[in-house]
Amino acid sequence: MSSIAQKKGFGATLWDYLTTVDHKKIAILYLITGGFFFIVGGIEAMLIRIQLAQPDNDFVSAGMFNQIITMHGTTMIFLAAMPLLLGFMNAVMPLQIGARDVAFPFLNSLGFWLFFFGGVFLNLSWFMGGAPDAGWTSYASLSLASPGHGIDFYALGLFISGFGTLIGGINFLVTIINMRAPGMTYMRMPLFTWTTFVASALILFAFPPLTVGIVFMIVDRMFGGNFFDHTMGGNTIIWEHLFWIFGHPEVYILILPAFGIFSEIFPTFARKRLFGYSAMVFATVLIGFLGFMVWAHHMFTVGMGPTANAIFAVATMAIAVPTGVKIFNWLLTMWGGSIVFTTPMLYAVGFIPSFVAGGVTGVMQAAAPLDYQLHDSYFIVAHFHYVIVGGVVLGLLAGLHFYWPLMFNTMLNEKLGKITFWLFFIGFHLTFFIQHFLGLLGMPRRVFTYVADQGWDSYNMISSIGAIFMAAGVIVLVVNIIMTIVKNEKVGRDPWGDGRTLEWALPQPVPFYNFKQTPLVRGLDTFWIEKQEGNKEGMTYAEPVGDIHMPNNSFVPVVISFGLFVASFGALYNGEKSWAVPVIILGLGITFASMIHRSLKDDHGYHVHKEDLLDDKGGKH
Amino acid sequence: MDLNTKYTPQSWPDHPENSTLEGKNKFVGFWLFLGGETVTFASLFATYLALKNKGPSGMEFTTQGLFELPLVFIMTMLLLTSSLTSVYAMYHMKNYNFKAMQAWLMVTVLLGAAFLGFEIYEFSHYVHLGFTFNQSAFSSAFFILVGTHGAHVLVGLGWIILLMVRNAKRGLNLYNAPKFYLASLYWHFIDVVWVFIFTVVYLMGVMG
Ligand SMILES: [Cu+2]
Repeated sequence: MSSIAQKKGFGATLWDYLTTVDHKKIAILYLITGGFFFIVGGIEAMLIRIQLAQPDNDFVSAGMFNQIITMHGTTMIFLAAMPLLLGFMNAVMPLQIGARDVAFPFLNSLGFWLFFFGGVFLNLSWFMGGAPDAGWTSYASLSLASPGHGIDFYALGLFISGFGTLIGGINFLVTIINMRAPGMTYMRMPLFTWTTFVASALILFAFPPLTVGIVFMIVDRMFGGNFFDHTMGGNTIIWEHLFWIFGHPEVYILILPAFGIFSEIFPTFARKRLFGYSAMVFATVLIGFLGFMVWAHHMFTVGMGPTANAIFAVATMAIAVPTGVKIFNWLLTMWGGSIVFTTPMLYAVGFIPSFVAGGVTGVMQAAAPLDYQLHDSYFIVAHFHYVIVGGVVLGLLAGLHFYWPLMFNTMLNEKLGKITFWLFFIGFHLTFFIQHFLGLLGMPRRVFTYVADQGWDSYNMISSIGAIFMAAGVIVLVVNIIMTIVKNEKVGRDPWGDGRTLEWALPQPVPFYNFKQTPLVRGLDTFWIEKQEGNKEGMTYAEPVGDIHMPNNSFVPVVISFGLFVASFGALYNGEKSWAVPVIILGLGITFASMIHRSLKDDHGYHVHKEDLLDDKGGKH
Repeated sequence: MDLNTKYTPQSWPDHPENSTLEGKNKFVGFWLFLGGETVTFASLFATYLALKNKGPSGMEFTTQGLFELPLVFIMTMLLLTSSLTSVYAMYHMKNYNFKAMQAWLMVTVLLGAAFLGFEIYEFSHYVHLGFTFNQSAFSSAFFILVGTHGAHVLVGLGWIILLMVRNAKRGLNLYNAPKFYLASLYWHFIDVVWVFIFTVVYLMGVMG
């Protein structure tokens, strides 16, 4: 496959990626797009820290600052962290369970392109009259009052990309339920597959409320609705509820897959099976369940009353228990193991104290009376960056180094990887640890500048210096990636030498049909079992070699998504430009026509024939 | 999966909707999708209840003054009956009786279209009274909740019609059986949502 890919011209490769339904290629698309938005969000973060480095700074204006913080948060959550995780899920999960692809390859591609066009639409706001400026939470009282089209870009962009995420979630759930190889029982699934499963279930139930809230915002701002306008009987708190019913599970949608990545890394490099596997599974499911019961802890100061506050406070504190179970299990996995400190392992070890710190401040805020003091201060900023950066981003970087050889058959440079880790890790704590104290000293979040001599000046400077370290770490990472791609040294199967799960048993590069023969899974850490028994193939097979059914490539997902992209411009200028309504109709027409085309035209895929599989060309076509 | 296999009512599987992997995937995926749809409607219902009868000061529109139960009762009967006829259609699908399935689906579509006709009449009546989408928070919440349901009916009708037309000539096979099954599942879901709308919006609205 790869030798053919290299001979292809640029145009052919591009067309291949535009039409692909292969989960491994869609993973790469997610990785590239998510990586790009991660850089964009990072640049926005640097602009924030430059502005705040000194008191009374005027590097950016107040209005521009609002746009930057809004886009930083929105980009990082929706356009960087989520797609990067979806990328790893795509790359790894089907291989871990012994599947030839996901359940709905076509929808997998559609999910990606919806996310892509939504993200592009959102970021076009920078060039078309200004970005959204009501914060990533876009509270209705702020967002209805925001002039210009920024908020419209936010609502429409997230509306489109949200559908993409929802489709991805359903797809992964069905894949895990229906497409596990023989012997891969639920309680033999690797932890990353388990966390993908639970995170996907959270996506399924958390994204609809967000979509509903966004629809209200779209109609309120663009079509004369009155959901949030109190003079018309509306209620601005409805947005807060809908947003946080989504928003809190979203935290777990992000962190659970990161937990999954770490749960793969610890046993691999401690060279010891995961401690307390079933407790880990149970904790994952419990976190997912409790994640839906706690959204109002973001709204303690709204005035829900002491009873509601108390209930949500206790429920929130309860989540610390399963999370603590996980922390101890990771520690005990390392205990007595013969640990190799590779780059992924460094991230995993660094993650534990960082994430625990974020969890502890989380429990502090769960106490409603204390939250009244901490609310909307830099303490909150410090807390959620400890959770998101110290948990999710460290998980993403660990996963990037860990799974790179699985995805590309090359290995990122370990020395540069470790330099990245130390720069990023030190920079992260330098930036955010001190922000706890800024919060306790009374600095409110989201202020664009502050008056000197309140005791905040040097702390802010230190925080900004830390951000420079983080940026330096990312630059080293980019250099590392470019060097690795240019060198292109193939590393082959099981490059870490201690792979335990099925994905590492596959030959490299992984054939486009993944498994020539469906494997038979004989226990937890199935590849490890086969290696221990001296099985050179790394797999026991459940079937003889036979024809393999594959789905056809399709360009339709791009067209469906593009139609919504077009319609969004119409909605954006509704009531303002005469062409608005025709453009809405045109865009929706493109989308529905391509959907109807898809449903009318039978697509049965094709077969890779047994003879082609056996003649050792691996069924190239 | 071989499209050319000719089945007889005897050789046709008991569960044609999920006797292939593709069918199984669609079956599970669609149930999950309906789970997400349930949350969507739950959010819309909660919002409607929060904004019911709320409007600019002095608004004269209330649920009691606005809604007329006889009309809504007819609509409910139409949709409930269409759910039943879609069950008949699926009964014949499982017995490999394509013609009878198509006929019952046709009845389902006609009933659904009649429901939609009444709903359009109802909406235009309200708009005529001045209860427009932009009139108040109450009106926005009402039209979005009931209108989202109406849009689902429209999509369901379009879906069933497309399936009927597309497969009119070739009859049933294991490729399109799951599609018919899921369309009927969707139709049932729409019906269940309407039962809640009838209760929460109309009955509770008129009774107080
Ligand atoms: Cu929360």
